[in-house]
Amino acid sequence: MAEPAILSPSQEASVRSLALGDADKSLLRFLTCGSVDDGKSTLIGRLLFDSKRLFEDQIATLEKDSRKFGTVGDDMDLALLVDGLEAEREQGITIDVAYRFFATEKRKFIVADTPGHEQYTRNMATGASTADLAVLLIDARKGILSQTRRHATIASLLGIRHVVLAINKIDLVNYDRSVFDSIVAAFDADAGHYGFATRVAIPISARYGDNVSRHSEHMPWYRGPTLIEHLENVELSSGAAATRPLRFPVQWVNRPDLTFRGYAGTLAAGTVRPGDEVVVARSGQAARVERIVTHDGDLAEASAEDAVTLTLDREIDLSRGDILVPSGARPDVSDQFAAHLIWMAEEPMLPGRPYLMKIGTRTVGAAVTELKHRVEMDTLKPLAAKTLSLNDIGFANFSLAEPIAFDPYDDVRTTGAFILVDRFTNQTVAAGMIRFGLRRATNIHRQALTIDKAARSGAKAQKPAILWFTGLSGAGKSTIANLVEQKLHLAGRHTYLLDGDNVRHGLNRDLGFTDADRVENIRRVAETAKLFVDAGLIVLASFISPFRSERQLARDLVEPGEFVEIFVDTPLSVAEARDPKGLYRKAREGKIVNFTGIDSPYEAPESAELRLEAGSASAEDLADRVIDYLASNGFIPR
Amino acid sequence: MTSQLKPHLRRLEAEAIFIMREVVANFANPVMLYSIGKDSSVMLHLAMKAFYPAKPPFSLLHIDTTWKFREMIAFRDETVRRLGLNLTVHTNLEGKASGINPFDHGSSNYTQVMKTEALKQALDAGGYDAAFGGARRDEEKSRAKERVFSFRTTSHGWDPKNQRPELWSLYNTRIGTGETIRVFPLSNWTELDIWEYILAEQIPIVPLYLSEARPVVERGGQLIMADDERMRLKPGETPVKRRVRFRTLGCYPLTAAVESDATTIEDIVEEMLLATTSERQGRLIDHDESGSMEKKKREGYF
Repeated sequence: MAEPAILSPSQEASVRSLALGDADKSLLRFLTCGSVDDGKSTLIGRLLFDSKRLFEDQIATLEKDSRKFGTVGDDMDLALLVDGLEAEREQGITIDVAYRFFATEKRKFIVADTPGHEQYTRNMATGASTADLAVLLIDARKGILSQTRRHATIASLLGIRHVVLAINKIDLVNYDRSVFDSIVAAFDADAGHYGFATRVAIPISARYGDNVSRHSEHMPWYRGPTLIEHLENVELSSGAAATRPLRFPVQWVNRPDLTFRGYAGTLAAGTVRPGDEVVVARSGQAARVERIVTHDGDLAEASAEDAVTLTLDREIDLSRGDILVPSGARPDVSDQFAAHLIWMAEEPMLPGRPYLMKIGTRTVGAAVTELKHRVEMDTLKPLAAKTLSLNDIGFANFSLAEPIAFDPYDDVRTTGAFILVDRFTNQTVAAGMIRFGLRRATNIHRQALTIDKAARSGAKAQKPAILWFTGLSGAGKSTIANLVEQKLHLAGRHTYLLDGDNVRHGLNRDLGFTDADRVENIRRVAETAKLFVDAGLIVLASFISPFRSERQLARDLVEPGEFVEIFVDTPLSVAEARDPKGLYRKAREGKIVNFTGIDSPYEAPESAELRLEAGSASAEDLADRVIDYLASNGFIPR
Repeated sequence: MTSQLKPHLRRLEAEAIFIMREVVANFANPVMLYSIGKDSSVMLHLAMKAFYPAKPPFSLLHIDTTWKFREMIAFRDETVRRLGLNLTVHTNLEGKASGINPFDHGSSNYTQVMKTEALKQALDAGGYDAAFGGARRDEEKSRAKERVFSFRTTSHGWDPKNQRPELWSLYNTRIGTGETIRVFPLSNWTELDIWEYILAEQIPIVPLYLSEARPVVERGGQLIMADDERMRLKPGETPVKRRVRFRTLGCYPLTAAVESDATTIEDIVEEMLLATTSERQGRLIDHDESGSMEKKKREGYF
């Protein structure tokens, strides 16, 4: 164990004057990444230790923990300083991102210590999203691994421009220069894929401190900076956002009383002054900035990263999620774009499935329309793919429920980054970086039609609706739906029945039964049903539709009250005993795969408008219950 | 004046304001945990800034164990009056009735009943869906892994393995019925940042942070202040006046003082730069075992 660095009296004096004086220390946020066991936690422990950020009581705890969990014999295990969760200390690995703080005379640092295990890649991406620089740890004995490439790729996708190759455990290869040189050469062979602005390689030993904060006497062949020297001096492009055109996402409308109406938000880019003309990016409505209000008095100017409140010289339609921009430098406004996606959930990404997208201060419904490719980490090559699994990185086209304003991520991070949230579990399932808007959406304008839905359905004396029958195969959906349609038809109502099997002979004949294809199957049916609703019809849709998300998609396509979910609730054993088409038998024999109820899940509705317990009554009686529901809810006359 | 702040403090200030506005824009019924300490004072000051000219659109909540320093309570009431804010004070009355105290029941049991349980009672009673706390990542190892928006189950528990990835400043604010979020706007501040900010913004703090001659007894190497007549003295113990101050404030029998001559905020900043122990050293409840903060947080502690 090396001696801890002790500040000399002159250093003490300067530290004091720096803290109390008006010196402007800059802040560098960086992350450490790399494969498991490459020594990330040890390196951060070393940085804290060497920068004298450890207090006596923390060192006492560390000594105690080293005896209990340590992996380095009698020495203090510096990694235990940062592995904060009990599971981490017990397993000797980092699971979650930890944020650490230290300072030198020149800079303050916030370090994100991120996990190396592949299953925690999402946490590495989390750390990278707020970092200016990445320290990529490489074990000198192992060289570049697939996980090293994965982390370099994520860092580069997330817009990190500076990378440090910290070639660690150099003591274990006898401080051998040729090992160092060959690892650097191997990294540089891939460098074209990453596009980092700077790449500095440093041979270090985190455990003993060589070239971390002191130059190593073991490597006279290395004449570059120590890691700390480099971190203190690397030039950052911070402030670049301030030189771009204004982007002011409205976060919250501040209306304490009738006399004041302000728009609170943090500038994502650019600067703003009173008198500037701004427009709402989505609507083009214009106004002038009147005041920049803060608790400390009005400002003459605000720039990127400032949290302020703007007032405007006139009332315009402006609320949370809108972006104020200069009229001469507007962002893209579109409901379709292409983006990189890092998938972070156990549940796979399914094209067509509706997610919630949070971008800036706006949240909209969104779906992947086309997965262009997945990045294969071992070769860094794009591969064709139908879905993305946990930790996969892909490139995809997106379609949104309504147009939004955005910039390419590399231009403005805040207006080009998004997360996807699952509508049911509320989990964050992905992070994305917009690359470019898709023009085709911008040029297709809706045609306004004179005869509308109300006019069409009024002519038929009915309220249009989708009656969505969901349930297991053989539950009785089609039988009941067929009876309902007959009854409606006899009563003079105008209907149409979309049946799962029939649709697969035509519109959806190109689709199979994988989860991805099932989602697309339902999306097309839902869109078709929507057209018929628009025509004023009562549409009966009879589909297994096993996933809640897609039924929700169908529900969201039409107006509130137009979607009637009818759960034909038949126990699997009953449906399987009926087996009208012999499908369950084939599934059990393994001749059909992805069969709902057998080897593919059915997610039962939680709040269907109607639940029909098949087996409790005849199909005829159940059909009558549907008719009663329609009559008592005003869809058809009594 | 904001423009005179050091760049890194300005960045931290803007980040905290953004976080607070995000909560107010997304939650129906937020509340701010106000513990009267230096971090709470900074958090409250930031809230006054975030919503200006409006008042912060949420009330303050103080969990009163009845064992806080008397000066803290006086400061609390004065602060609320000065700023014109709403304050709810909650005490676990069951715990009080059964005489739970820090002397007889051990710091761990006492904390569980009078702080953690009391907090859960107050959060349930108020029906709050989001609660601000002043915790910082540099305080403790398990805090270093905490999210800014920390998801809690319907029973207020913290599952460190089931936290949401938090990228950029895109906080996922969606929760199910009965679930809540704890929000930490000071996550990225260090103890030194807090003091530098208090100095720059001239934020009022409880005078206990500044050195003064106070009656203390030495117990297991820690200096404990006899704040009122309920202090139990062991045989042979007599409170002696010593010049001390507190780096962290809580329940007086569980909060150790440090000897110090720092009588101004400038002195404190200077003292901090030469400090050799962490602030949590003075918190007796953290010393049970090294994973004890994580354990308390799983049970619903802030």
